[in-house]
Amino acid sequence: MKFRTLARHLREGCLNVIRNGWMSFASASAIAISLFVLGVFLLLVMNVNNLASELENTVEIRVHLDVVVPEEQIASIQNEIGKIPGVSKITFVSKEEGLDLLKERLGEENEDIIEGYEGDQNPLNDSFTVKVDEPRNVEAVAGQIEAINSGQSPPPIVKVQYGEGYVEKMFAVTNMIRYVGIGLVIGLAFTAMFLISNTIKLTIISRRREISIMKLVGATNPFIRWPFFVEGAMLGIIGAAIPVLVLYFGYGAIVEQSQVELGLMMLQLLSVDQIGWKVFGSLLGIGVLIGIWGSMISVRKFLKV
Amino acid sequence: MIEMQDVWKAYPDGTPALREVSIKIDRNEFVYVVGPSGAGKSTFMKLIYREEKPSKGQIFVNGFHLGKLKQRKIPFVRRNIGVIFQDFRLLPQLTVYENVSFAMEVIEAPKKQIKKRTMEVLDLVKLKHKADSLPSQLSGGEQQRTAIARAIVNNPSVIIADEPTGNLDPETSAGIMRLLEEINFRGTTIVMATHNRDIVNSMRKRVVAIEGGTIVRDEQRGEYGYEI
Ligand SMILES: Nc1ncnc2c1ncn2[C@@H]1O[C@H](COP(=O)(O)OP(=O)(O)OP(=O)(O)O)[C@@H](O)[C@H]1O
Ligand SMILES: [Mg+2]
Repeated sequence: MKFRTLARHLREGCLNVIRNGWMSFASASAIAISLFVLGVFLLLVMNVNNLASELENTVEIRVHLDVVVPEEQIASIQNEIGKIPGVSKITFVSKEEGLDLLKERLGEENEDIIEGYEGDQNPLNDSFTVKVDEPRNVEAVAGQIEAINSGQSPPPIVKVQYGEGYVEKMFAVTNMIRYVGIGLVIGLAFTAMFLISNTIKLTIISRRREISIMKLVGATNPFIRWPFFVEGAMLGIIGAAIPVLVLYFGYGAIVEQSQVELGLMMLQLLSVDQIGWKVFGSLLGIGVLIGIWGSMISVRKFLKV
Repeated sequence: MIEMQDVWKAYPDGTPALREVSIKIDRNEFVYVVGPSGAGKSTFMKLIYREEKPSKGQIFVNGFHLGKLKQRKIPFVRRNIGVIFQDFRLLPQLTVYENVSFAMEVIEAPKKQIKKRTMEVLDLVKLKHKADSLPSQLSGGEQQRTAIARAIVNNPSVIIADEPTGNLDPETSAGIMRLLEEINFRGTTIVMATHNRDIVNSMRKRVVAIEGGTIVRDEQRGEYGYEI
């Protein structure tokens, strides 16, 4: 295509948005409203997902070592655990540190329960806290850690714990939340596409005449399609810009407002930065795609003259 | 130039419109197509600029064999044919100048040439002073002259005019006819469907009469031949 023609298509596409004032307004509004609803849901689903992930990330493996294990062997076990694929972090917790942690957890008023267990009386074992990069792998990793025992006597590892049973249930719940969320978002996206393409179709039917005249003077199909393509993209951008701006500032305000109250419950909404272009960019992208798609679908019917 | 060989046409809903039509129209001819309403005149013209396909038979236009033409190539046939209608078919949101230059943009003519040629044809149809008006601000005759300017701007070898004076008063019609005669004089073939006996009888040309979908009369310097 000649550059001059491309420039013409861009100009025509933009001019058509203005020339078809009310119809453009209707299409852009349909896009704006649909994307706003979609955006709200997306933010909701992402936050719920985030909470689910945070919950999942609390999962860790405790590896208790036998009291008789000498220091060099502790280091070599740590080394071996580190080599297991999927392990992201190993922290050594000596029995003294373990006791301190226990004290902390019990709180001041219950501290006396463990009174007198300091020093040589410490009943706890040295242990490792192992984090995995994918919480779903926790069971497999735990199994591999236990396998370090094999061929050694006495076995240096006395117990491997990761909250069996509880963890699996939690995954079932968080998974369900994810699937429901994704299902909702996809459903909404389709509803939006349907609504928008219908509106755009209406605007194009009123322009049959224009298309038929273009054909009459010898315009090729691509030549006719291009301005509609540009127009659809423009409508998409305009339609998406409104919900993106509203959600950007609105969500920012909500995050700020909620920080204090939710903070008390140890919860946190995703910050605007974290949401960032994932949501706003994809809303804009979806808007443009839907705009283009809607106008291409509708113009296609009238090209068969 | 234009040739039809045993052309038949029935619309998809089964309505028969043309049968056994064979005709040859040479370069630079001026042909009136006459006949009662529903006879098939418009259908005959639509076949020429490939708005409709024949059900049977061959059609040749400017050396193109329309029956063998790929969909993609149709625009290039139409670029050599200017079409004019009773209802003008101008784009209401474009000015006179834009309505005409539009036909050149479509064929991707250079900008400079578009400007020069558009002004040239607007001058020919005496509408230079209305270049910036919208169709709604023009009289019927002026709108039809704009449509004619659009039809000839790309120097087509054929003009198809379907009742171009159907909506105009006799005086304005006469003006349009003078314009078409001038265009024909400059070398363009003109095929014009009309119900206007005065025009046909006063400006004697070849007359092709269609009745019930078939050609019943074809004479040089013919008459309209129907009572009103
Ligand atoms: N798109 C169509 N679908 C079905 N039938 C059609 C279509 N267009 C025309 N016809 C029929 O074909 C026949 C010929 O119509 P056509 O328009 O060619 O007549 P015409 O001679 O131009 O008439 P008029 O002088 O009134 O314009 C008529 O019976 C008409 O009803
Ligand atoms: Mg007709």
